[in-house]
Amino acid sequence: MSKRILIIGAGTGGTLTANRLRRRYGDRAQITVIDADDRHLYQPGLLFVPFALADPDDIVRSRAKQLRKGINFHIGEVDRVDIEAEEVLLKDGSRFVYDVLVVASGSSLLPEETEGLPEALSQGSAFGFYTLDEAVALREKLKGFDSGHLVMNMVEMPIKCPVAPLEFCFLADWFLHERGVRSEVEITYVTPLDGAFTKPVASRELGDLLKSKDIRLETEFATGQVDGDAGKLISWDEREIPFDLLVSIPVHGGADFVSRSEGLGDELGFVMTDPHTLQSAVAPNIFAIGDATNLPASKAGSATHFEGDTLTANIERFFDGEEPEGTYDGHANCFIETGFHKALLIDFNYEVEPLPGRYPFARVGLPLLRESRLNHMAKLAFQPFYWHALLPGRDVPGIGAQMSMDGKQPTPSNQGESE
Amino acid sequence: MSTVTYAGTPVEVDAEGFLEDPAQWNEQVGEQIAAENGIAELTDRHWMVVNYMRDSYLENGTAPSIRTLGKASGVPIKELYSLFPKGPAKLAAKVAGIPKPRGCI
Ligand SMILES: Cc1cc2nc3c(=O)[nH]c(=O)nc-3n(C[C@H](O)[C@H](O)[C@H](O)COP(=O)(O)OP(=O)(O)OC[C@H]3O[C@@H](n4cnc5c(N)ncnc54)[C@H](O)[C@@H]3O)c2cc1C
Repeated sequence: MSKRILIIGAGTGGTLTANRLRRRYGDRAQITVIDADDRHLYQPGLLFVPFALADPDDIVRSRAKQLRKGINFHIGEVDRVDIEAEEVLLKDGSRFVYDVLVVASGSSLLPEETEGLPEALSQGSAFGFYTLDEAVALREKLKGFDSGHLVMNMVEMPIKCPVAPLEFCFLADWFLHERGVRSEVEITYVTPLDGAFTKPVASRELGDLLKSKDIRLETEFATGQVDGDAGKLISWDEREIPFDLLVSIPVHGGADFVSRSEGLGDELGFVMTDPHTLQSAVAPNIFAIGDATNLPASKAGSATHFEGDTLTANIERFFDGEEPEGTYDGHANCFIETGFHKALLIDFNYEVEPLPGRYPFARVGLPLLRESRLNHMAKLAFQPFYWHALLPGRDVPGIGAQMSMDGKQPTPSNQGESE
Repeated sequence: MSTVTYAGTPVEVDAEGFLEDPAQWNEQVGEQIAAENGIAELTDRHWMVVNYMRDSYLENGTAPSIRTLGKASGVPIKELYSLFPKGPAKLAAKVAGIPKPRGCI
């Protein structure tokens, strides 16, 4: 059987998948990766840019250079997938035929889904940090922000890295403190969730942390409109929150070619994907990984990394004429930067919510759900790890793709609550 | 888990009042859950949403999010908030007798 493997997206998931498959098959497979440009952005670095803790130049590298020799890299924008014909059509008119397709096109930001947000962003009354340009603009704005109400608003789940808005608040608290103006600025985190986070134990811990840093939490706020001129957020049920500086994380959706490809995506443009095998619902030779999927997992680089294991094994099984195996368990972990050179770590999967304890082992490990300097060091070390281990697709000793209960302390209150 | 009786039908509910088994639901049960949660009368517009929720859950195994509801149920988001105050996705799921929408992480 011929093995033409086509991968859409050369971000985290597409790159690590291509590298793993190339190592597996060598010249026995023809692997092509398509992306719109040659700039691979280390997205976790975006969080640090507004506070001048990361230089934009240090978090961007060539996509092509992250791919092993022998992998074809093509620059172009995908227009749609013709699932019947088993080919991908690009906007420049070229076509790529595949035997196996991997959709790794991530998620897109959709500010236009919220009334008034695009205008507020272009007028400079609202800011963001999920793109490099926005993060740089916010850095310039924050330099001169000495007093008033700073509002961080996550419009709706799902978003990439659901802890990033919290981290932004913690770092803003630290940054304003360092500049000696913290007492002049009120910080509020406005979220559609009913707490600081999605799951009860972590939500409680993070809620307490917000309180201890004097950051207000406004919950169950479903943003309907942003009024940039008047400086206020308005919810669908007509609550209003005034702001002087709004940092907004807009609605996310899948890449738009997904919606143009009959049967591939759900209403939001995320690829309908089996949560355990990563095979798409639409065809057995189409798989998806990372933020592009509709998995009820975290949209995080760590989840994407752990999915890589299952994905490559199942592509191999497909070529061997076997059924896919449902080995992905929703495992993800995230460092949560909490300011003042500390961070906290959470580790979880579909069934088990973030718990206290240690990771990866009970006796030697990073503290879970607790602030520490060690976690902050580890968060910084994630960047070299990303370029040198995660993207090349190396296995890391001690870091299993499946979540482990070793080191975790289940508390009676959370048994069975994670569903 | 506990058992409560709605419209003469005993049903199992979780700690927050969501039905454990969607099969125990019927329209009278839905009406009574709605009344308990401050919706005096279920109009046709309410039913459009409730039916969409149930169908979508029974087909996909997950409850739709508010944005999906706004795009696919035929009722715009603004109206969803007036029909099911506070949290339309949650409240409509409760009335529809399906589990609480699982907020993903
Ligand atoms: C501010 C921020 C902080 C974060 N922090 C962390 C963190 O600390 N830890 C963590 O684990 N994760 C973090 N993440 C999340 C992480 O970056 C993503 O989850 C991860 O990159 C997902 O990988 P992916 O391959 O699915 O998508 P991406 O890496 O986004 O790649 C998708 C690629 O597809 C391409 N593409 C899309 N459409 C098309 C098209 N039509 N044609 C051609 N190419 C296309 C895009 O150009 C892009 O390169 C963070 C994200 C953000 C925004």
